[in-house]
Amino acid sequence: MTDITASNFIRQDLAGERPAPIKTTGFVGFVRTQLLNSPTNVLLTLLSALLIWFTVIPALQFLLVDAVWVGKDREACLAQNAGHPVGACWPYITAKFNQLMYGFYPEAERWRVDLTYVLSVVLLVPLLIPRLPAKGLNAGIFFFALPVVAFFLLYGGGLEGFGVSWTASALSVFTDSIDTAGNALVRAGANVPVVGMLFWLLGKLVVLIGTVASLVIWPLLWIRDQLQASHQPVWIDLALTAIVVTGLVFFLGGGARALRTVVGTAATFVGIAIVIAIMGLDRHGLAIVDTRLWGGMLVTLVVSVIGIVASMPIGIALALGRRSTIPLIRFFSIAFIELVRGVPLITVLFFATYMLPLFLPGNMRIDGLVRALVGVALFSGAYMAEVIRGGLQAIPRGQGEAASALGLSWWKTTSFIVLPQALRHVIPGIVNSFISLFKDTSLVSIVALFDLLGSLKASLADPVWATPTTAFTGFAFTGMIYFAFCFGMSRYSLLVERRLNAHRRN
Amino acid sequence: MSIEARLPPPQYALRLKRVLGGKAGWNGIILQILFVAALAWFGYEIVANVRTNLAAQRITSGFGFLNNTAGFDVNQTLISYSGSDSYTRVLIVGILNTLLVSVIGIVLATILGLMIALGRLSPNGLLSRVAGTYVELIRNLPLLFQITFWYLAVLAALPGPRQSISVASTFYLNNRGFIVPRPVEEPGLMPFLIALGVAIVACIGLRYYARRELFVRGHAMRIWPYVLGLLIGLPVMSMLVFGAPVVFEVPVLKGFNFAGGSRIIPEFVALTLALSMYTASFIAEVVRGGILSVHKGQMEAGLSLGLSRGTVLRLIVVPQALRVILPPLTNQYLNLTKNSSLAVAIGYPDLVSVFAGTTMSQTGQAIEIIGITMGVYLALSLITSAIMSFYSWRLGKRLGA
Repeated sequence: MTDITASNFIRQDLAGERPAPIKTTGFVGFVRTQLLNSPTNVLLTLLSALLIWFTVIPALQFLLVDAVWVGKDREACLAQNAGHPVGACWPYITAKFNQLMYGFYPEAERWRVDLTYVLSVVLLVPLLIPRLPAKGLNAGIFFFALPVVAFFLLYGGGLEGFGVSWTASALSVFTDSIDTAGNALVRAGANVPVVGMLFWLLGKLVVLIGTVASLVIWPLLWIRDQLQASHQPVWIDLALTAIVVTGLVFFLGGGARALRTVVGTAATFVGIAIVIAIMGLDRHGLAIVDTRLWGGMLVTLVVSVIGIVASMPIGIALALGRRSTIPLIRFFSIAFIELVRGVPLITVLFFATYMLPLFLPGNMRIDGLVRALVGVALFSGAYMAEVIRGGLQAIPRGQGEAASALGLSWWKTTSFIVLPQALRHVIPGIVNSFISLFKDTSLVSIVALFDLLGSLKASLADPVWATPTTAFTGFAFTGMIYFAFCFGMSRYSLLVERRLNAHRRN
Repeated sequence: MSIEARLPPPQYALRLKRVLGGKAGWNGIILQILFVAALAWFGYEIVANVRTNLAAQRITSGFGFLNNTAGFDVNQTLISYSGSDSYTRVLIVGILNTLLVSVIGIVLATILGLMIALGRLSPNGLLSRVAGTYVELIRNLPLLFQITFWYLAVLAALPGPRQSISVASTFYLNNRGFIVPRPVEEPGLMPFLIALGVAIVACIGLRYYARRELFVRGHAMRIWPYVLGLLIGLPVMSMLVFGAPVVFEVPVLKGFNFAGGSRIIPEFVALTLALSMYTASFIAEVVRGGILSVHKGQMEAGLSLGLSRGTVLRLIVVPQALRVILPPLTNQYLNLTKNSSLAVAIGYPDLVSVFAGTTMSQTGQAIEIIGITMGVYLALSLITSAIMSFYSWRLGKRLGA
């Protein structure tokens, strides 16, 4: 039996150094673990490298290395003059830059477009940064005030009247139309025996309603005529409207309790007055620039922004209608959504461009851009409705039931409890719709509007700049613009999604 | 004093209220009456305005114009067509061209999309990044931009017929299109087709038999060598006995243009390329999402049962992924079909281009023509989604879900 001494357990000599573990982080690690770790992977790596070699390298060479940067016309971008194979012809972009941005918008008036852009960015950036305060006011100005200001900035023109005059005119058109409809029914019923009697009666009833309505609005029309005859129709009308609306808000809101709302309404009217005064809307405003002269990036942005803003209320209304329990409204919403979603946007645009003018009274002309806007808004509204419906379906029944238990009406339940949650759920989906809408605006070039793509096509036809690489340069430039917008929006939606899902992270 | 049983409230009125007014009851009914009145007034306004406008433009409404002579040519037709044919024929030509570009686009987009999705999922870092870049780049550029790019920049930059890019002196690519050999029918065609048909039927029978064997006797058969043998062997035998089914007429450059062969017009090439590349980027994301949605444990469980990797994929992962993939994939197919209407921008003679474009500008029958066009697309959408939902219904039944 031998003694077991401590020395049996203790090594006498140093262990040899082991090799450092294989690096799995950083570039070397990436290469080791993801590129070259098996024969198949080596092959795939080679394949991808070849792909990159044959696409990215030539693209960079075209855009930067071989590019021509200065020149007056196509001569500079021809290989025999440049002395080397010519890539992108950037002088062409410099020459056509204004056309791509503004179309044929008069040069002296382009500051108006720039000012609109500046205003939009100034209002949009704080809206997009989640940390900044006063989101409600900001959103209100951006979605309601800015479009109006932008319209008068971009299109020009002034006001002839305000709320009272407009209401009076709209109502008088409405009552006239009811009268004609009633008379038409009476005429239709005149020659048919039994059903005709019913028609006749219905027609007389409609005529009666129309007559009563026109008697009711007669004082309003009288006020309008007095206003138009005065020296300052816009200002008097504005003051009148402000008094009437503020008074209504005061009484409907419950008197002094609604002081905040009343002050807000008054402040809104002050704001409107300031805008009118600054832009001289009562003195015919800025010179009118016809929309036929608009083009390039301007049209792309106008169509997409108005499409986005208009598609939201349309989408919300259709989504609520589709989930409504009232049969006819549900049926109408479903039919509208499915009809629009089942056809291509281009047919909707054709519909708006060629059929809409037929639907309007003969003396009413509707602007080409507005027609396209109507088509785009209806189309994206139908898509938006489905996105929002998804959000509505995600709200547990209990939310609505709890609201009912508290005694809230349908309107209050929907607007304060269900919709805010539903919209928050589907922000990524909404942004996706915005992206596709932004891309779809390029289709207006088919109905003879010169958006960014349309202006590009027009500029390519210019013989002054006809070189073998002009087309590629133009597409590269516009492609970068489109990509920057769409990619930016998609990244922003990811950011918002992460922020909204912060509570689900663990 | 006795408590009298109270009568239940009259049910028919309640039921009527529920049916007509939904949950909102009488309020709902009133709302509906107002809604109908507004719609009726709106409809009356539209009809009256259309009447006066059409009368002012001296256009007679109705579908009578469909029988008139079209009087314009179409540069690609699948059925015989000449300028003296009627507008109905134009409509059919347009629908067929739309279908052609949609079907080919769907096939190409599916293949490309699948490849990109697999590339994005691949463990190879470089390949997945290349695929990811493709998806991000293509998805964020408007489709019309891409179509015009292919048409106005790439295809227009191709050389003329005399300097065509040729592959093996049989395929030629130039700015007039893509010129390929044209198949010409030979006497051997009929026996060849019959042999092919017999082979296909035999393969289906074999597969059925193998399944039966597997289920009844638990005996897995390896049938693919037989299938391959049948599919290749029978047609080859028919070709040896009866001669070639078709010969290919090779295009030859004569003067300034090609004689023989078929020409695929550049509009078609540009449209198909752009449509399939664009849709592929969406399909890739759909497929990737579907495959990622299948839990990792499913694969591991299959492997631990001793199945091979391929079998696990084919029998366990893909069917479950398909359930997630199919509905959005259907949407992509529908989108592709609808997007093919952008052909009008480059003049490929699809439905919108020849019918809603040329025919409408010639006849001025805006209402009828846009109505028909929308109707055709609606029908196409409904048919496609019906087919796809039938397929996913069958798939769901097979999965027992």
